[in-house]
Amino acid sequence: MMRDASFDPAMMFRAMQGYGHTGLLGLTYVAHGADWAEIAMPFNDALVGDVAAGTMATGAVTGLLDMCCGVAVWTRLGQFRPQATLDLRIDYLRAAHPRTDMAARVTCYRVTRDIAFVRGVAHDGDVADPVAHIAATFMFTGAPIALDKDGRRPGFTGARVAER
Amino acid sequence: MTAMPADTLPPYAQTMGIRILHAGDGARGPVLEMAFASGLSGRPGMLHGGAISGLLDMCASATLNHELRQRGVEPRFKPIGITIDFLRGGLKQPTFARGRVTRVGRRVATVMVEAWQADATDDQAPLAPTNGNIIAAARLHLRLGQDVAAEGDGE
Repeated sequence: MMRDASFDPAMMFRAMQGYGHTGLLGLTYVAHGADWAEIAMPFNDALVGDVAAGTMATGAVTGLLDMCCGVAVWTRLGQFRPQATLDLRIDYLRAAHPRTDMAARVTCYRVTRDIAFVRGVAHDGDVADPVAHIAATFMFTGAPIALDKDGRRPGFTGARVAER
Repeated sequence: MTAMPADTLPPYAQTMGIRILHAGDGARGPVLEMAFASGLSGRPGMLHGGAISGLLDMCASATLNHELRQRGVEPRFKPIGITIDFLRGGLKQPTFARGRVTRVGRRVATVMVEAWQADATDDQAPLAPTNGNIIAAARLHLRLGQDVAAEGDGE
């Protein structure tokens, strides 16, 4: 496995801020290690799924987890490589605390020629007391791509997220 | 516990551009539509997997809501878990979803949901999926907020 460790998740999130689904959910970089990444989703009224409980939608938490899974794969690879989610399973362990920031921490524990395997949790402040657990697989859809100095794909032409 | 009025979706749905296209009637659940917008994009030219997941999740709630109201039960439930298979990449175009309640037990309901997109020749696409255009399928278990007891299930 080629591993030049050129992939920098912090730089990627700075570059992606305000773009695509990452921008819509307001995701930000928290931390990473050799094979894991942690990504935050600050509380946002626009993402609330249960108005009475004051909690963000499980769909938004799924989006956070899905994105964090992808970043964990690139972090383990040490490079950016296009991939698509093949399947995922999420268990909702408990309700999140009301109006609280969420975060996901995901580990990529195995990579083969075509497939990456990940597992992790979503939490609302204490990673030892998770809100949700995820296991997922991703399929690579192309060869690794060298990102530019700003952490973007060459030829990036993304439009900023429009207000709804 | 989620309690969602039949004709309104939460702020997250509005943020995602999800609306109820058909309200559902009798045994048929509602059809949801998610318009494409830049905030749903993932890799170049494609819908983000997280956006597809969000639509499936929202559709499962709307489907169980519809089913419980059909049974004259106040819809109160919370998700236990979701399993999603992504069958093909979603394109930057409208995405539809419809679910089916496979079982309502006393404490747990199981819902299957499919998301699909139109191909160029399919003008019926907003009504129901056809072979070949389903982009993802999900199964959810949801904990019911009260005993529904419509059928003895030995739980």
